[in-house]
Amino acid sequence: MSSQVQPAKWERLFWPVLGTGVLLVLWYYSVRWSGTKVFPSPRDVERGLAELLRHQVLWGDIVDSLRRVAIGYGLAALIGVPLGLTLGWYPAANQVVNPTIQILRPISPIAWIPVAIIFFGVGDKAAIFLIFLGAFFPVVVAGINGVRNVPSVYRRAGRNFGLTPPQLLGRVLFPAALPQILVGLRIALGIAWLVVVAAEMIAVDSGLGFLVIDSRNSGKRYDLVVAAILLIGVIGLILDVAFRRLEKLRSVRWGFRAES
Amino acid sequence: MPQTQAAIRPAALKTKLAMDRVSMVFERDGKRTEVLNNISLDVGDGEFVCLLGPSGCGKSTLLNAMAGFLAPTGGAITVDGEVVRKPDPRRIFVFQERGVFPWLTVEGNIGFGLAKLSKGEREQRIAHYVKMVGLQGFEKAYPEELSGGMKQRVEVARALAVNPDMLLLDEPFGALDSITRLTMRGELLRIWEAERKTIIFVTHDIDEAVQLADRVVVLSARPATIQQTVNIDIAHPRDMSSPRYLELRDGIFKQIGLAHRI
Repeated sequence: MSSQVQPAKWERLFWPVLGTGVLLVLWYYSVRWSGTKVFPSPRDVERGLAELLRHQVLWGDIVDSLRRVAIGYGLAALIGVPLGLTLGWYPAANQVVNPTIQILRPISPIAWIPVAIIFFGVGDKAAIFLIFLGAFFPVVVAGINGVRNVPSVYRRAGRNFGLTPPQLLGRVLFPAALPQILVGLRIALGIAWLVVVAAEMIAVDSGLGFLVIDSRNSGKRYDLVVAAILLIGVIGLILDVAFRRLEKLRSVRWGFRAES
Repeated sequence: MPQTQAAIRPAALKTKLAMDRVSMVFERDGKRTEVLNNISLDVGDGEFVCLLGPSGCGKSTLLNAMAGFLAPTGGAITVDGEVVRKPDPRRIFVFQERGVFPWLTVEGNIGFGLAKLSKGEREQRIAHYVKMVGLQGFEKAYPEELSGGMKQRVEVARALAVNPDMLLLDEPFGALDSITRLTMRGELLRIWEAERKTIIFVTHDIDEAVQLADRVVVLSARPATIQQTVNIDIAHPRDMSSPRYLELRDGIFKQIGLAHRI
């Protein structure tokens, strides 16, 4: 199959560049031929981006968004991973909380915005709470499933060597579930980045989400809106690529064989 | 015929493991499945016993009960006079190579049961068993980089490293190719002769049983009972074309045929 063949180096660069180039050209001519006065062309966006950089508000917004994600997502990981491991380890406890988790899990964090504002007022805390909510459930569920899917031979081997239950959790179940937990953490990071933008449009007055909505509200600057949107995409991609490097670590690589 | 060491052993050795009328009944979805029926067997200290039977006859269940992973529903299993209630590092269960921990290196796996030792002692012990199973140079390798036979060596070394009295091996070479399997049998015998552990080895391979064991215990179809016990009175290394070997093998073959109507 062709997907098995390693593409040449120039090919790996050439096709993505070509694809992006074609899209930019399509965008450019769509704007020109439709004669729209509202939607910006690639050139407008480029100028908008340059303007943002010049006024030096951009870095502040990026840092604010990243900081909120770091705190909300960090809390979700810090609480979610141990909780998921515990629930996977004690099926009885899982039976108690599983229905609640299953009901809360499909709710978009956006729906919680009014609740968040009641609890935390308009500000950082509300946004962080929303990010936490969005990231928390995928992490917990990955932890539960990760532990559940640990083959029984590993558990039996661990018990055979005289491990106590906490040792078994730390030395067998956690490392055995880690690849699946990493997948959950990666999905959660993606969600956190989605949620921060939405939260910033409503709950705070800084960050990339605020930049998008503010550019629209203060003078319908759609060149800035699109510039901010593209920036959000690029940063999301960088976060995902960075996270994927974790999957290459040797002690978890065995869990990702199919993808390499 | 000269009396060999293997032939006189079972009687001369003190009992290591004793099974007294062990039975096992599983109940699932209201259906009763009798897996083991009234199995009594004594295994001597340092003895090499093969449990032989076809897949699904209950021999793995029996081994799991000896390890303490499963409690028999009837009868008792004792080791050194002590009733087996839970798994214990003094008797290590060896799975097929899938029992190796993929997140640890060869060293990490072999040292897994040695957390209580000091760093120096642990390293020494690991080095000793790495050498014993011939994995020098692969200490830092991860299991996914190893062949099936090498993974199996890691598992045997991990088991030996905690210095158990008994090894319980569940078709340990079942997933290996036939040449590797032969080599591994030779290695296991060499290790057994060096360390003199009591070994209980489950297999469905008649040749494997006759090549390895002091005694072959032939199990019947489910519910498993002991069909026959055969002393293999041939000294190691065994000549697989000798008349006595063939005689014993054919005898067991016939027993299996009777037991399972093949």
